[in-house]
Parts: sequence; C-alpha cells; structure tokens
Amino acid sequence: MNQIPALARAFAYLSLLTVGGGMAAFPEMKILTVEVHKWLTFTQLIHIYSVGQMAPGPNMMMIVIIGQWAAGPVGAIVTLAAFFGPTALLAFAVGRLWKRLEKWPWRLSIQQGLAPVSIGLLLAGCFTMAKGAITGLETGSVAVGTLLILLRYKINPAILVLGGAVVGLFSLGPR
Amino acid sequence: MSDIVHNGSSHFDSAAVPRTSASVFDIFLRFLVIGATSFGGVVPYLRGALVTKQHWLDDKEFVEMLSISQSLPGLNATNMAILAGQKLRGFAGSVAAIIGISLPGAALMYAVGVFYLRHGDHDFVTAALKGVAAAAVGLILSTVVQLSQKSLTGKFDFVFIAMTVLAVNRLHISVPRTLIAVGIIAILFHHPGRAHKGSATQ
Repeated sequence: MNQIPALARAFAYLSLLTVGGGMAAFPEMKILTVEVHKWLTFTQLIHIYSVGQMAPGPNMMMIVIIGQWAAGPVGAIVTLAAFFGPTALLAFAVGRLWKRLEKWPWRLSIQQGLAPVSIGLLLAGCFTMAKGAITGLETGSVAVGTLLILLRYKINPAILVLGGAVVGLFSLGPR
Repeated sequence: MSDIVHNGSSHFDSAAVPRTSASVFDIFLRFLVIGATSFGGVVPYLRGALVTKQHWLDDKEFVEMLSISQSLPGLNATNMAILAGQKLRGFAGSVAAIIGISLPGAALMYAVGVFYLRHGDHDFVTAALKGVAAAAVGLILSTVVQLSQKSLTGKFDFVFIAMTVLAVNRLHISVPRTLIAVGIIAILFHHPGRAHKGSATQ
C-alpha cells in the first residue's frame, strides 16, 4: 500500500508540535507511527531516537528512518520535507514580520507563557520514552548518571550517549 | 519606514542589504559543515561559525534569532538556519541553509536505518541500544533542567509544567490540545499588564 500520503500528513502534523524541541512531539509521534500506522515498534522508535542523539545536525533526523522503512528513499525524502517544511515556512514568515512583532506587547507574554508549556511537553515526551527505555536498575542508573554528569560538568552530550552504548554492551547483554 | 534611516533599536532587519558578501553557495557550504560536525547540540557550533568565524551576524542578532527560534515550533537548529539564511540572502539563503544543515545528519541516519534492519536484532546491538536509550533519557532530563533554569520567570510556571505533563501522560489528552489549552492559560497569566520580570531571551 502506498504510505507516502500518510507519511506526509503525519509528519507535517508532528512538525507543528515541536514547540521547545523535537521531544515535545514524541508522545504524539509514538501514537501515529507505532499505534496508528505501525511503521515501526515502540522499541525501534526509542532506539532510533536515541541513536539520533549521537548524529550531528538537527536532532530529529531519525524521522528519515521511519520514512525509509515505510516507503523507501522517496518515503525518507517526503518525511523530511513534511517534518521541516511547515515550521521552516513559519520561521521564514515570522523572520519577515519580526520588526513589527518586536514591539507587540503580547510577544513577551507569549514567550514567557509558552516557556513552561514547552518544558512540560519535553518532560512528557521524556516520560513516554522512559516507560520503554528504563526497564530496570541498570538502565535507570545510566539515565541518572548521564543527567548528573551533564548538570555537573561541561561535557559533550554525544559522548555520554556513546558511553551509554559501551555500558550497555558490557552490562545489558544476554546473560 | 524608509530603508535609508538606520534603526538603532534593532540590527535584525531582513529587508536591509546584507553587510557581507555571502553567496548562496557559501551559505550552503558553511551550514553543510555545521551539519556534519555539530555533535551534541547545534547552537554553540552555529554561534562559532556565523558570529565568530564568518562575521555574518553580530552577537545581538544571534541572540535575537535564537529567542525567535525558541518560541516558534520547529527545532532550534532548523529555525536558526532559516532566519540566518534569510538575513544573508533572502529565500534562497534560507533554502541553502536548511538543506545544508540537514543533509549530513539525514544521510547518516538513512545509513543507520539500513544497518539497523540488517543487524538490529543481534544481541550485542540490542544491548548497546539499551544503554544508548537510557543515556538519551538522562540527556533529555538535563535539557529540561537547564531550560527551566534559563527560561522560567516565576514559581507559578511550575504549575503550568505540571499541568502539561499530567494532561499528556496521565489524562492522555493529545499534545496539540494540551499545548493550546495550557498555552492560553499560561500566556494570559503572563499578560502584558503584569510587570515582566526577568527575560526569556537570555
């Protein structure tokens, strides 16, 4: 069955939910890609999202894989365009209007009001992911360890995610 | 407003003639390099390349663009590419910048997708991925903490965070509905009449 229109629709919609970061769209992404369209499993979604944190560039490039699995190279390109197109156009329009928006009194209100909501969406996305990713004491320790190190030291997060892979290899393998 | 009159209050004017002679190809190339090297978060690399090295933007413009990027839907990295590209070379500049910054990561993830289908079920790959996913959860939590320290302007904001999390994770209300409902309440709470304390931009 041709998945292209469904990919375009799903990712254009998800695009507009990425307020404050890609993770804000994660709960809805899980529903659409895993439960509704069954393009991949929840575990696979967690895996590719996490691997994506080690890649350079914008951190939601894992969506390319969903498009690829659902509909090959064309699917990957359509997914990319659908996920980045709408917000790109919006940013372009706002960039043009900025001079007028800058003095608009509600601008700061919107900025200050959306800050806690976007943090809440990020946290909600994190909890959704944690339900699948934190399965016991070992994975819990890796998550808490990563958090504490990042808050305490200035270290490149990609290295810590790579470190997670090493810990996984040595301690989370089959017994 | 005339273009000839210099407006001192804002340096960010997309209608103004760019000071630098960045060609569309220059923009593409520079963002391609950022897209290929920015491991662990794009923003510091963007600042280094656009402000420090190329002098395409000054620091004030960069901070202003970042604050626009953060309050719009979309990733910071791609929104910044659009805004910086627009400032430098209009529509063509934006297109060059977003394609450049996305291309390396997208190609890499495409390769990961192929590899995963072939080897994703090997025991050692699954074990490594478990560790990667756990570390990613820690990374997102650290982003939550750092954003909270930087962009919250009052104790009441924690109530809005809690409302958002409860709505999505417990009550299973969809993200857009939550965003609109809690967003409107929070924006009205921060209405212009209320003395603005602090700033969400820095």
